[in-house]
Amino acid sequence: MTIEELREIAEKEREKQAQYEHRIHVCTAAACLSQRSDQVKEALEKEVQARGLGNSCQVKGVGCLGLCAAGPLLTVEPKGQLYQNVQPDRPEDISAIVDSLIGPPAEKLALSADLPFFKEQKKIVLENSGKIDPERIEDYILAGGYEALLTALTEMRPIEVIEQITRSGLRGRGGAGYPTGLKWGTVAKASVPLGGTKYTICNADEGDPGAFMDRSVLESDPQRVLEGMAIAAYAVGATRGFIYVRAEYPLAIKRLRAAIKQAETHGLLGNNIADTTFSFKVELRLGAGAFVCGEETALIASVEGKRGNPRPRPPYPAQEGLWGSPTLINNVETYANIAPIIRNGGQWYASIGTEKSKGTKVFALAGRVRNTGLIEVPMGMPLRDIIFKLGGGIPDDRKFKAAQTGGPSGGCIPEQFLDMGVDYEHLAEVGSIMGSGGLIVMDESSCMPDVAKYFMDFCSTESCGKCIPCRVGTIHMHEVLRRITSGEAKPEDVASLERLCDTVKNTSLCGLGQSSPNPVLTTLKYFRDEYTAHINQHKCPAGVCEIKPPQPPGDDERKSKPAEVSS
Amino acid sequence: MQLRSRPIPPPSGDKRWRIVEGTMRRHGYQSHALIEVLHSVQESFGYLDDVALRWLAQAMRLPYSKVYGVATFYQFFTLKPQGEHTCVVCTGTACYIKGSTALLNAVESSIGIKPGETSANKKVSLLTARCVGSCGLAPAVVFDREVAGKVTPAQMAERVKAWASEKTQPAPVGEP
Repeated sequence: MTIEELREIAEKEREKQAQYEHRIHVCTAAACLSQRSDQVKEALEKEVQARGLGNSCQVKGVGCLGLCAAGPLLTVEPKGQLYQNVQPDRPEDISAIVDSLIGPPAEKLALSADLPFFKEQKKIVLENSGKIDPERIEDYILAGGYEALLTALTEMRPIEVIEQITRSGLRGRGGAGYPTGLKWGTVAKASVPLGGTKYTICNADEGDPGAFMDRSVLESDPQRVLEGMAIAAYAVGATRGFIYVRAEYPLAIKRLRAAIKQAETHGLLGNNIADTTFSFKVELRLGAGAFVCGEETALIASVEGKRGNPRPRPPYPAQEGLWGSPTLINNVETYANIAPIIRNGGQWYASIGTEKSKGTKVFALAGRVRNTGLIEVPMGMPLRDIIFKLGGGIPDDRKFKAAQTGGPSGGCIPEQFLDMGVDYEHLAEVGSIMGSGGLIVMDESSCMPDVAKYFMDFCSTESCGKCIPCRVGTIHMHEVLRRITSGEAKPEDVASLERLCDTVKNTSLCGLGQSSPNPVLTTLKYFRDEYTAHINQHKCPAGVCEIKPPQPPGDDERKSKPAEVSS
Repeated sequence: MQLRSRPIPPPSGDKRWRIVEGTMRRHGYQSHALIEVLHSVQESFGYLDDVALRWLAQAMRLPYSKVYGVATFYQFFTLKPQGEHTCVVCTGTACYIKGSTALLNAVESSIGIKPGETSANKKVSLLTARCVGSCGLAPAVVFDREVAGKVTPAQMAERVKAWASEKTQPAPVGEP
């Protein structure tokens, strides 16, 4: 495959699509599918055929359109009119959509593209999402796909690719925010053991509860991730790649499998890509429901077919990773950023975002917010804008209480920081982390000690058990939180909880343990009054916890075993 | 590549073993494919029993302890047979905030099973998942592999009751 051949494919696809005067794009990502968007698509196809419009109107399945709360969603092109909540069993919906092809838009279902939810976004990672058919590589190529890979292979040396990535200021989107260019440089410089090779791994083990960005990218635009991986492999000198994806995402797995096969038949993966000496093969590895496998050394163990236990670093995977070879591990979203950076140059990417956090970030908005769904915004956008402008605010006129980022490793951000710009630095300052991008909004109906208990329950069950601070500490923290939320705690329990947090944070082996106290620490810091209300007044201000009336002091708490897991 | 004798035949003539053997062959019987092979057993048989684990250990030339260790480490693998229908309640943060606990309680009060349990007549299993990634539609439940969003406790109870007393066709759930 040469760049000319690639353009030929794009040209052919353009001609093919130009045959159709109208196109109906139906979202077929998981959220809309579970609202039966596949049946919407079928019904529309039937209706189009029945009206004899089969030659002028194409009904196409596309990736995520973002506003999951209003699904099933579809757009009518070329006008770009969005429609929401189209039900397959309401024939009037289906015929209204087809009517709108030639007539005015169907008012009842129309959704304005001028809503802040759509207008305030800046799409780089999601640029093709909702536009192309994720199951056809030709559609991706028409959208400019694989041009970056072929340009890199034929016109750039590996070191130049790394330079562009470094210049872009891109940082790891998995949560920690390590500079991507620096990581690539380390792997590129690492020496390969005799007879071995270097590897690239794509971390698609999106375990944070409340995060679904990676799933959406894989379901909507899988080729983009493959292209990013191939460019990375060329830059660092790897020949094999693995995508470690959660088994809980069957649709993403199916689309990735299809994408790999199509890329191979087009000669964009495999041996001697673009008639160069560069060869790269990608394999899929399924996770099996272990949160700790999102940690890079545990992930490597899991790819090797072992229990997902992390190991101490250094040596870092960049030096000694998969089967002892230098390994580059990046997150899905990081790889999804690569092709646009190579296409437009690092300088372009660096012009977006804040001083230290460049580019855009995809967030999964969920919880007590009107517009739940997927958004991509420039780094540094104030939290208030994300929640109240794009998110549409809190439903039922309730009061905002906290935003939770970073899943069980992150913290709860209270109201006083709503005007803070969201980037790596600011989030760390208030005790939270960027995480992979889950953003869960809580209102006054959520009880913060209960939320902390929920996350601690998560961490204690997901702890792999290798190191003691995490294995034992998380269970004890959970037990103290259980006592607090059931009104059995004593005032000194808060101090012991803080001590435990400190120990676990500083002595755990991997990120899971080190970050597990974050939800507790941030809620203790910003919502201490709720803790005291539970302990001293035996009251739950949010009315979530069932608190027994106070009991006369006795020593029966002492014998309590770790609490039964109640989620 | 080490020298290998002939592949060890599967424990029974069940045709589903062929799928599992196919997975092993595709990965050259290499130990790093263990998780892939376990997935293939669970997909074909619904769960991993001792017979399967022992055979895998022999066929892939791994210590039984290692196979057992891996099978029990990962939450996705189950060593117990599941009911005819499975119902996976998402307990991710968004679903938790929007009331997944109430859904679990609805199942318990209607057919009397807790997470991880199967009804006495082997019709329904209740499971929980860390996050199914359908946070936009919280609370989400996976009924027999199909994700349903914005589920209410009443819908939940109705659905599992219909399953538990079978023969009756379950009503679709998940739509307003």
